This record gives sequence, C-alpha cells and structure tokens, in this order.
Amino acid sequence: MLRLLSLLVLLALPVQGEEIVLGLSRDEVAITANFDGSDVMIFGAVKREAPAPGGGPLEVIITLAGPSESVLVRRKERRLGIWVNTDSVEVDVAPSFYAVATSAPFRDVLTEVEDLRYGVSIPRVIRSVGAPADVANSETFTEALIRIRAASGLYQVLDSQVNIEEETLFRGQIALPAALTEGEYVARIFITRGGVVMDEYQTSIAVYKAGLERWLFEMSRNQPFWYGLMSLAIAISAGWLASAAFRIFAR
Amino acid sequence: MQVYLPIAEVSVNAFLLLGLGGIVGILSGMFGVGGGFLMTPLLFFIGIPPAVAVATEAVQIVASSFSGVLAHLRRKSVDLRMGTVLLIGGLVGAALGVLLFNYLKSLGQVDLLVKLCYVVFLGVIGGLMFVESWRAIRRSKVVGGPPLRKKHGWVHALPFKLKFRVSGLYISVIPPLIVGLLVGILAAIMGVGGGFIMVPAMIYLLGMPTKVVIGTSLFQIIFVTAFTTMLHATTNFTVDIVLAVLLLVGGVIGAQVGARIGVKMKAEQLRILLAIMVLVVCGKLALDLLLVPSELYSLGAARGH
Repeated sequence: MLRLLSLLVLLALPVQGEEIVLGLSRDEVAITANFDGSDVMIFGAVKREAPAPGGGPLEVIITLAGPSESVLVRRKERRLGIWVNTDSVEVDVAPSFYAVATSAPFRDVLTEVEDLRYGVSIPRVIRSVGAPADVANSETFTEALIRIRAASGLYQVLDSQVNIEEETLFRGQIALPAALTEGEYVARIFITRGGVVMDEYQTSIAVYKAGLERWLFEMSRNQPFWYGLMSLAIAISAGWLASAAFRIFAR
Repeated sequence: MQVYLPIAEVSVNAFLLLGLGGIVGILSGMFGVGGGFLMTPLLFFIGIPPAVAVATEAVQIVASSFSGVLAHLRRKSVDLRMGTVLLIGGLVGAALGVLLFNYLKSLGQVDLLVKLCYVVFLGVIGGLMFVESWRAIRRSKVVGGPPLRKKHGWVHALPFKLKFRVSGLYISVIPPLIVGLLVGILAAIMGVGGGFIMVPAMIYLLGMPTKVVIGTSLFQIIFVTAFTTMLHATTNFTVDIVLAVLLLVGGVIGAQVGARIGVKMKAEQLRILLAIMVLVVCGKLALDLLLVPSELYSLGAARGH
C-alpha cells in the first residue's frame, strides 16, 4: 500500500527527462525445504513528458545484488608434494549474489566512467583494499572469487537479455540459484543513452528462510545445546526404530 | 526432488542422499563398520562443506551404532566395563579433537587435515586388511593351516590392572585409555565413529575376543560421537539435522539389507571387498591432494565473522 502510494506521488511529480516506473514479479523469495531456485521478473516502463531526447538509443541495465559480506580467498600451492592452502586475501566487500542484465552488450550500454561512478559491473561492486603486502598479485584473488561464484551461478552477466519495446517498456528475468543466502536483495535499474545514465531506480527483494528451514536455522544458532540434543534424540529414536522394525521382520 | 539444507546452505537431491545413505548402510551392515569413513568423503564429493559433513556424519553414526548396540546387548556381547574405560579416553580425545579442529579451521587448513587423516588411515587400514584377507583366502585353500596363538606382549606388563570379565581379560587400563583417546581425536576430526580403527586395535592390541569386540566398540562409539555432535553443534553450529535425517533413513534401512547379504558371504571375501573399497576411496582422496587442482583458489568466511 505504502509502495503504491509513493508510486502515485512519484507519478504526480513533474518529470524532467526520462524516469523509470517499475514492477517486480515478486518482492520476496522464501527459501523453504524444497527450494529449487527461483526466477525474478523485473519489468517496467520509461515515463517521459516530452518527446524522447536524442543521444543514442535507450538502453536498460538491471542489477540484482545479494547481501554483501567479506570473503576470505585462499590460494593453494604445492608444498612437500601436496596441495596446501597458503596465501589468503580478505576481499572486504563482495555480494553473495550479483546479476547484471543489459539490453545490449555491456560496454555499449554503459561507459567506463559511468560504471565507475555507479558501480554496475561485477568487478566494480567488489571491493578489496586490505590485501597483505606479502601476497603477490592480489588482484588474481578477486578474479578467482568472480570466477568461482560465476561457475556456481552466483555471479551472472546477462548481456542483451533485457527486452525493450518501443523505447518504453522493458523486461528482464534473473534466475536465482538454489544455493542462496538470505537477506535483502537490492535491485537497481538504470536507463542510459549513449552510455550515460539518465535515471536510476532502486528497490529490494527480501530473501529469507521460511518454515522449518527458518526454525531449524534459528534454533541451531540461538539454542545450540538443545539443537544438538534434539539431533541426538532423533538419531537415537531412528536407531531404536530400525532395530525394533528389524526384529518384527526377523520373526 | 531438491532439498535445501538449512545449515549447509546448499540445495541437494533428496534421493541422492537417501541412496548414498542406503549404499553406505548396506556396506556397514555387511562389514560391521559404522560407514562414517566412507560417507564423509562421499559428502565432500557431492559438495557439502567439509565442516558440515564431519559434524553431521557424527549424528548418523549415533543412530546406526545405537541400532547395532541394541542387537549386541540382547546377545550379551558387550563388555560394559571395557566400554567405559575406552569411553573415558574417548571423551577426552573428542574434546582435544574438536579443539584441534577449530584451531586448524581458523588457519584454513582443516580441509587438508581431514583429507590427510583420511588418506593415511584409509591407506594403512585398507592395505593391511587387503594383505591379511588375501593371505586368509590363500590359507583356506591349504587344508588345516596353523591356528594363531595368543601372544603376551608389552601390553600385559603395564600397571593399573583391571579385570574385564566379559572379555575374559586381566590387563592394565592404560592401553584401552590410549586407544580410546586416539579414536576420540579421530572421531572429532574425521567425523567417523572410529570403528574401523577401534576394532583392529581391540583385537590385535588388547587381545579381546572377536565376538565382544563389535558390540563394545559400538557401545563406546555412541557416547563419543554423541559428545562430538554436541561439541560441533555448540561451537561450530555445523550440524545439519535435515542432512542427518536423510542419511539416517537410507542408512538404517540399508544396514538391515546389508546384514542379510553379509551372512551369505564368506568372511575373507567380505574383508577383501571392504579392503578394495577402502583403498579406492583412499586413492581418490590422495589424487586430489597430489594432482594439480582445477581451481587453485577457494572461498571461506572471513576472520572474525
């Protein structure tokens, strides 16, 4: 209701240039026991009072970012014939999930300068400052982080996957993988012309564990002692049941 | 059917876990081992974080050994006094093991330690078992091989002797305490009950009769792994009950099936099959350590989080 109200207020305001009006297929994702990933459809329209300005065709960028955290990246080296973790670099800020979808190849949509200013592409959203001095090529650690997360579908580059109709309506779809961390996922939408950002819009999607998953996770953190005892009770009763069932079959 | 594991924070196929539990259960029923030493590496292979795999496997071992010990109690083949002595050593060992585990986790070397332990122990036990059962098969072809004579070694010269009636032994409490301690450390680090080390140690080191060995080993394993579970649950928060239950269900059913297959096979054949299987798992883990990994980098939680 509040969102609708603010949208109406926004619509009532006088518009200069072009502005984004947005819709989401869902504004929350519940991770339940049989959670198998989820698709989020992000769609919207470009609202303008005056005729479309020049400066290149309208392009749209959609990003979706999971909660940021610091990550420790370790590198293996061969020591005494076996592969051992040796050097490590702490990457200060890295989103647990990041997808960037564009309506055309990325560099055609956004210039380097604008990317730096708004922090849109994957290397721009990751921040690593505190690399220890004794570790050589610390940037390879950030590259490795991107590579590993991209391989498991956590970092996605979806070039030319946003559809634009009549320079007004746009629509993009982002697939959330099954192995998801909970938290506030921030969706940002940019419209650009000639690589320059015309307008930016931001909204969020709540991703949270629900039902049994929520209950078990909270219990394991808040009452670890009882959680452990419960695990043991389940184990003991399952063992007893199996033994009892076997005796019935054996007769 | 995908299931999201709340603690491991990965999504896995439920039938895959049930199947894994079942297969390991069949093997454990056939060979009289807990199966933890096979299950934990298998969990690594399917992408469960090692810390979660180790802690969760302890829960499954509690279930399967409780199921097993009930049967042994009915047959009166559990030496409770020996079990208690082993247990005292085991609990101290488990506490030391978890401390060591957490220390190495902070250094980022826990995966290495767990895998090294596996390679060394699976290699040694598998190798010894293979040689021993190979000889037994060859001996059984020669009619009437010489029976093994009971030896009195250094173990019998130690102080603090105690009478273990069920085992028919009068020995010092020091060797069982040490055996218990070592197995406790291994249980905490490797996520295993330690049966595959405990059983040979009890037979060859302590000289216990084979018929009480399995029951007594299971008896003390229940308490040591239950203790390990509690330690992992309260210090690392890495026990995933959803994962444990899925493995349990497959495991307890598989164990009953396995026990029936087991009686139809010859002991030497069983042992040599087990030895081969142990060596295969060991070989796979060793290759992972020795060959150039496809990805040199790995991600972990940052310090102080």
